[in-house]
Amino acid sequence: MVKTVDAPEGIEGQGFFATSLDKVIGIARSNSIWPLPFATSCCGIEFMATMGANYDLARFGSERLAFTPRQTDLLMVMGTISKKMAPVLKQVYDQMAEPKWVLSVGACACSGGIFDTYSVLQGIDKVIPVDVYVPGCPPRPEQIIEGLMKIQELAKNESLRRRDSDEYKKMLESYNIQSAEQ
Amino acid sequence: MDNQLLLTHITSIMGAEPQAEIDNYGMLNVAVSADALIGLVEGLKSQQGFIYLTDICGAHYPERVGGEFEVVYHLHNLVANQRVRIKVALSESALTVPTLTGLYAGANWMERETFDFYGIQFDGHPDLRRILNMDDMDYHPLRKQYALEDETRTDKNDTFFGR
Repeated sequence: MVKTVDAPEGIEGQGFFATSLDKVIGIARSNSIWPLPFATSCCGIEFMATMGANYDLARFGSERLAFTPRQTDLLMVMGTISKKMAPVLKQVYDQMAEPKWVLSVGACACSGGIFDTYSVLQGIDKVIPVDVYVPGCPPRPEQIIEGLMKIQELAKNESLRRRDSDEYKKMLESYNIQSAEQ
Repeated sequence: MDNQLLLTHITSIMGAEPQAEIDNYGMLNVAVSADALIGLVEGLKSQQGFIYLTDICGAHYPERVGGEFEVVYHLHNLVANQRVRIKVALSESALTVPTLTGLYAGANWMERETFDFYGIQFDGHPDLRRILNMDDMDYHPLRKQYALEDETRTDKNDTFFGR
């Protein structure tokens, strides 16, 4: 059985359907999220299972993985990020086009995990903003899917003007990231 | 070649009997000064067939006054399957040993690693800069005076269970 996305609220009549642009774009975005897997360690193995036939992330419209940041919407950080890797991660985030989301998968990406040591970044939110955290060491594929579904909810309900807001720009500035010129 | 025979070879290379002991795993440990290092390793390589440099590493003994740091070399004679460990003790005020890159090209990265983690200078090294840690790190993390834990950790700030 093919399950399609439910239509948003709107006014329906014979031969027409009217709703707000926000909702239509939200639906389109949330069901065609292209992830960029930034897999550095064991959480990446769980991600491979998530992409495989058993768990099948493609069901959520995330069929198309890309390793080029300019074509992707979702940065999935899976694994330990060392301090030497941090500038690379930040550059990848910088190169992604708005709107973009970040999913932090696993204890290491969220907080440094067991690696409370001089060489490891203590959570990727020290260098880039994170939308959804998935705990676990490593998390099961079900948890990663749950995280992606949370991202879908965010994408679906996000106001089209959110990324122009002062609040959002301030948040980027606090990470020392230049917001894209409109 | 056994350890006793090797020790006589080392004595003849150095011209004097070095401070030596055999560890619990049957490996000969030789302690030499930084000045005598190159002569000994060159002799072992050219005369005794120790053509393979297995490892270079550092160590820090803060309580050992006058020899706080140590550089440890492992050499291997592949034909006779004989290994030897050479230790060079250094005081904190003179942290310099001559480089082995002229004898073994593989010493390059190992010496960079030892420099990275202990701050030991390798005199004559072609490119002595950090190799594993990030470039803007301003200390040598495996010295004992630095904490292993990261100061930016925030989720362990708990009175009873964290630090």
